[in-house]
Amino acid sequence: MTTIVTDNCKDCRYTDCVTVCPVECFHYDEQMLYIDPEVCIDCSACLPECPVQAIYEEDDLPEDKYEWIEINAQKSRELPVCADTMEPLPGADEKKAALGF
Amino acid sequence: MSRLGSPDNPLLVAVVGSGPSGFYATEALIKSGVKTRINMFERLPVPYGLVRSGVAPDHPKLKQAIKVYAKIAEAKEYNYLGNVTVGTAISVEELRTTHHAVIFTCGAETDRRLGIPGEDLPGSYTATEFVGWYNGHPDYRNRKFDLSHETAVIIGQGNVAADVSRILAKTVDELKHTDIAGHALEALATSKIKNIHVIGRRGPAQAKFTSKELKEFGGLADCDPVIDKNELALNPESEVELADKTNAGNKKIYELFSGFADREATTDRKCIFTFLKSPKEVSGNGRVESVLLEKNTLSGEPFRQSARGGGDTFSIDAGIVFRSIGYHGIAMPGVPFDEARGVFANVKGRVVKDGEVDPGLYAAGWIKRGPTGIIGTNRADSVETVKSLLEDLDKLDTGEDKPGAAGCYEILDRRNIRHVNFSDWKKIDACEVERGQAAGKPREKYTSVPEMLALLD
Repeated sequence: MTTIVTDNCKDCRYTDCVTVCPVECFHYDEQMLYIDPEVCIDCSACLPECPVQAIYEEDDLPEDKYEWIEINAQKSRELPVCADTMEPLPGADEKKAALGF
Repeated sequence: MSRLGSPDNPLLVAVVGSGPSGFYATEALIKSGVKTRINMFERLPVPYGLVRSGVAPDHPKLKQAIKVYAKIAEAKEYNYLGNVTVGTAISVEELRTTHHAVIFTCGAETDRRLGIPGEDLPGSYTATEFVGWYNGHPDYRNRKFDLSHETAVIIGQGNVAADVSRILAKTVDELKHTDIAGHALEALATSKIKNIHVIGRRGPAQAKFTSKELKEFGGLADCDPVIDKNELALNPESEVELADKTNAGNKKIYELFSGFADREATTDRKCIFTFLKSPKEVSGNGRVESVLLEKNTLSGEPFRQSARGGGDTFSIDAGIVFRSIGYHGIAMPGVPFDEARGVFANVKGRVVKDGEVDPGLYAAGWIKRGPTGIIGTNRADSVETVKSLLEDLDKLDTGEDKPGAAGCYEILDRRNIRHVNFSDWKKIDACEVERGQAAGKPREKYTSVPEMLALLD
């Protein structure tokens, strides 16, 4: 079991999730966040924080998003830890609205 | 003297409590860039608060948060003073004299009361007692829980109620390789409990469980989750709530409940979820024999619905009751207390006395905001408090030379208080892990303070 960030985060990167992560398991690039499955303790604190519901528990991951399990594992290994909030990406609010949130 | 927070005048902070909020406050101070020294006080010899003694033993992954705290504890700015009760061994005033600021992260240590007749009958317990007991907390190790009855009633539908119900529902085989206290495992092995009623005041659309906790009831070795389909009827306002896209969590929970209602129970042991009922009375001849429940209806706008009794009551015969309707903080001499909310009165973590901020006293975690949220929630909360503290730097009492830890040790030694440092804790930790190995457990906790201290002599 782990917790996974999916495509809704792309071009939003709100980082509300990061403030409640007890173990600093989020990593980031210029597009979005990724969770390190080796560090995440599956507490699910981040799920309700995401304004675009990009984060899933592995059990509840829709089939068409399975690829994100591997993407999170791989990207988190290569990228820096996101320990604090960052400004959402430009255009984040527009994307959020487009997603219906 | 140079500015407070500079290398030759570090900011001296006393943190009271060693749970998640205490460690996240410590982390935020260390990361702030201000030169600081943190002395963390804990009334037990052993650290980590509710991660050690609250998180259920069958949730080992959640306890991995401890790794983060152990790493914070390695920082040169950090110092641990275990087995020191603030308020008795050392006063709040003494902490203020020896430090520039005090952050209280001492949690909410008691339960909210139901306020109904029979609440204190033998056989009626608080969730706190039971959780502390199965987790080997020294305060609760000698509690006795009579598990010789077939029916238990749990009042409340949050994650603590889920933990209590699940521990009662699991077999010994499901628990024996966890860090559950040995005494609890022995007692649970003799349990006769077959029917576990989990009672919620509001409806199935408002239950406070997380979906992860609820899901676990579907995978127990020898217990079925049971819900009467009629219990899942929704009023129009609750339908609006579940249709709201931002309310995905409760929708998921409702789907899980629906799945449980469709299941055919195959085991002898059942965990029965019941909604829209409030306890009116616990009764029995000298001990708990039954619980009187009143049926509720919801009223109000979606997301602001409250439950109200309609006068229609019925009884469940039960031999044991656990009350799990939330926690309440305990007052501390020298700190203003908001009795109604059970927290230290504060604004953004600044403790407030008679409407005025008292620079130098701060609060974070449950004693600041009340008992809500999970482990990670406390990180954001502690960050906010430390931000307030750092904004106050110029207002803090810098009088006399503050002695920090040295001053505290002098006071404690004068009173013959045996204080425990972090290396001492590591010794206790290693002993616990070692004696757990023999039983195939990640650790076997020491459950009394003298036992813990004896390891250090």
